[in-house]
Amino acid sequence: MSDEAKAKAEDEAVTIPAQSDGSAGTATLTEGAARGETLLKVTGLQKHFPIKKGLLQRQVGAVRAVDGIDFEVRSGETLGVVGESGCGKSTMGRLITRLLEPTAGKVEFEGKDITHLGVGGMRPLRRDVQMIFQDPYSSLNPRHTIGTIVSAPFKLQGVEPEGGIKKEVQRLLSVVGLNPEHYNRYPHEFSGGQRQRIGIARALALNPKLVVADEPVSALDVSIQAQVVNLLDDLQQELGLTYVIIAHDLSVVRHVSDRIAVMYLGKIMELADRDLLYKSPMHPYTKALMSAVPIPDPARKAAKSERILLKGDVPSPISPPSGCRFHTRCWKATQICATTEPPLKELRPGQQVACHHPENFEDQAPQDVVLLSDAKEAAELVAEDALAESARTSAAVAAEVEAAETEAAQAEAPEAEGDTEAAEKAAESGKRSTESAKPTPESVKTAPEDGEKSTGTPKKSTGDAESTESAESAESADEEPPAKEK
Amino acid sequence: MTELSKSGAAVGEPTGTSAAPSAFLEVRDLKVHFPTDDGLVKSVDGLSFQLERGKTLGIVGESGSGKSVTSLGIMGLHTAGQYGKRKAQISGEIWLDGTELLSADPDHVRKLRGREMAMIFQDPLSALHPYYTIGQQIVEAYRIHHDVDKKTAKRRAVEMLDRVGIPQPDKRVDSYPHEFSGGMRQRAMIAMSLVNNPELLIADEPTTALDVTVQAQILDLIRDLQKEFGSAVIIITHDLGVVAELADDLLVMYGGRCVERGPAEKVFYEPRHPYTWGLLGSMPRLDRDQQERLIPVKGSPPSLINLPSGCAFNPRCPYADVPKDDVTRTVRPELTEVGSKHWAACHMSQEQRERIWTEEIAPKL
Repeated sequence: MSDEAKAKAEDEAVTIPAQSDGSAGTATLTEGAARGETLLKVTGLQKHFPIKKGLLQRQVGAVRAVDGIDFEVRSGETLGVVGESGCGKSTMGRLITRLLEPTAGKVEFEGKDITHLGVGGMRPLRRDVQMIFQDPYSSLNPRHTIGTIVSAPFKLQGVEPEGGIKKEVQRLLSVVGLNPEHYNRYPHEFSGGQRQRIGIARALALNPKLVVADEPVSALDVSIQAQVVNLLDDLQQELGLTYVIIAHDLSVVRHVSDRIAVMYLGKIMELADRDLLYKSPMHPYTKALMSAVPIPDPARKAAKSERILLKGDVPSPISPPSGCRFHTRCWKATQICATTEPPLKELRPGQQVACHHPENFEDQAPQDVVLLSDAKEAAELVAEDALAESARTSAAVAAEVEAAETEAAQAEAPEAEGDTEAAEKAAESGKRSTESAKPTPESVKTAPEDGEKSTGTPKKSTGDAESTESAESAESADEEPPAKEK
Repeated sequence: MTELSKSGAAVGEPTGTSAAPSAFLEVRDLKVHFPTDDGLVKSVDGLSFQLERGKTLGIVGESGSGKSVTSLGIMGLHTAGQYGKRKAQISGEIWLDGTELLSADPDHVRKLRGREMAMIFQDPLSALHPYYTIGQQIVEAYRIHHDVDKKTAKRRAVEMLDRVGIPQPDKRVDSYPHEFSGGMRQRAMIAMSLVNNPELLIADEPTTALDVTVQAQILDLIRDLQKEFGSAVIIITHDLGVVAELADDLLVMYGGRCVERGPAEKVFYEPRHPYTWGLLGSMPRLDRDQQERLIPVKGSPPSLINLPSGCAFNPRCPYADVPKDDVTRTVRPELTEVGSKHWAACHMSQEQRERIWTEEIAPKL
């Protein structure tokens, strides 16, 4: 952003005339409208894309792009969503902006259920929820001038800003650091970074409450990326925007987000405050994802030992693995992971995790100690240092928690939280172990077979090949029966 | 070509007359220009570097800085096709193991391509032929350079697929590219490029299209294979993290020229060019505490048809006015040695740059 434009932006950002004459009191939103209140709430959201085959187009299966996720976005914050390609993060973005119809679940915006609103019903809300797209080359109509593109929202919503649309568009252009005189130019006359700014200007035109940005910087060069990241930052501060930023780059996400959701195969694996997530990730997947990011520091070239390599590829979302979806690639997976899906639980204030054997925390299923054969293979790829460290931290945290719990138990009434929780857990685990832990050979074998099925049919992938391989190896591997308590 | 040498200020001697260098790969004053309707696109404009066997050179820069054109130039792929009169204009020297490639007989270069030097492309889906199986494509690459029967070649293909970590290689060798996932395709590409044990491997954005977890696998693989085969590797990327993982030496390109070159540690810890500072400041980093703000480079990359006069970086450089007499806008800076094996092209004096780096830039990173 040129200094001039920035100064101008700062001057003008205070007055936002876009909706001062708009309806339904939306104009007050920038007054930090109850910062911290829940703006968007998503419960059990699902999107399954049907796969149809044959002459009659019968449905033979479904791609479970988003498969039951819950989260909320608070006013004024930035929620980052990360995950590998195919984990459903973009679908999630399109669901909450209602560009796609959810299969199941509920989306609430400002307490109002918008899950199944029709086109007409959504229209008044469209101005409050805007989207910034990934590819600045395909998201702008090449036949329209910048002026037309950025003024389209006003025309569609029938909003007449003070001083006319043209003036308002030019103001927006200068807010995002473009020259207002470029009003009559066409998209092809701009570079990638400038186009992305145009996309941002369009998203901001109606003064939205929530902006969903799907990979807003991944198509841009590094130096331009930083400009756009800073611009998003500035705009949030000036206009009190709420962002959901979807990205695959963990360093960018850390930079922009307050809270971060880590997705894998259509599920949220971990949802936590930024600092907690990056300092002590609890889900093994989060940990692996973060250790895979190359660090721009040649001194760490030798420090390969810190890296956790995941084997194979992400299984197909058509038939995701049973139980915990990550268990086919996890180095800590045990029997329970293959059978029971871990719920997304708040283990620590501000950190929700869906895992039976979290890192940096007390084990959620301590009775289940025998690794799956898949997990043993996966563990070979994990550096010993990393394994040792995780064991150490988990033990330390467990001890801490125990100490805290006993303290609490002593301090408070006999039915203190820790006790009941422990009792509950014990009961639960007892149930589980009777359910799942059958005599060895059978139970050991079922797990890899599950994996095989899951990565299965229409698309052959590595996971497929590898799990068959591991199934073979599982037969030869002899294991002890899971150690049971009770 | 003649037109070029007239207009260019610093064109080297006619190709083929200067002495063969000692380095395994030496590029001298490489220029690749493309005539277009809008003017001459100077994609690479005077690039020189050396690379030894077993070493890795990282080339970083933004899109349009000439990274990929350089690699295609080394492979001789700009001259390979004849698109009417619109041919790329290439000058300079490329010495590979004592042979000058630009003046060599195209047939000879064809024999080297794939055998002595091989390339991994960015997008494996478009680099692999969808109509042939992975095995057929690797076999073809092998049999062009080796006089063996199909069976032997196929055994070799299976061996290579196994080496790059494809499970059940004897079965997967008969798969088509669309049956592979992105990471596996990239592995197959690597297998294909290494099937002839090339001594020079050029990887052009090998991991850009991949997820981080797969990227980590592929980078590991490239590193291991290099150790095993002892090849020289050029890795081209825009991601400083990737080069930091792999590269021994680093070359930073801007506007078709090298602005800084040196050992990776030097370039990362004591960069001496404002553009390198800009790149380092633009990146959010996971290994540091949260930065308040990124420090982007202002403006956008220049047009290669109409490069700014003087230092190509001057319109974006916050220190363009530090040197006197407007020299940054009139004189193109040459690479000067700023440390052992470390060069940078900047008009600011060494002391000025050292001071700015230690006092102004480094603390903010």
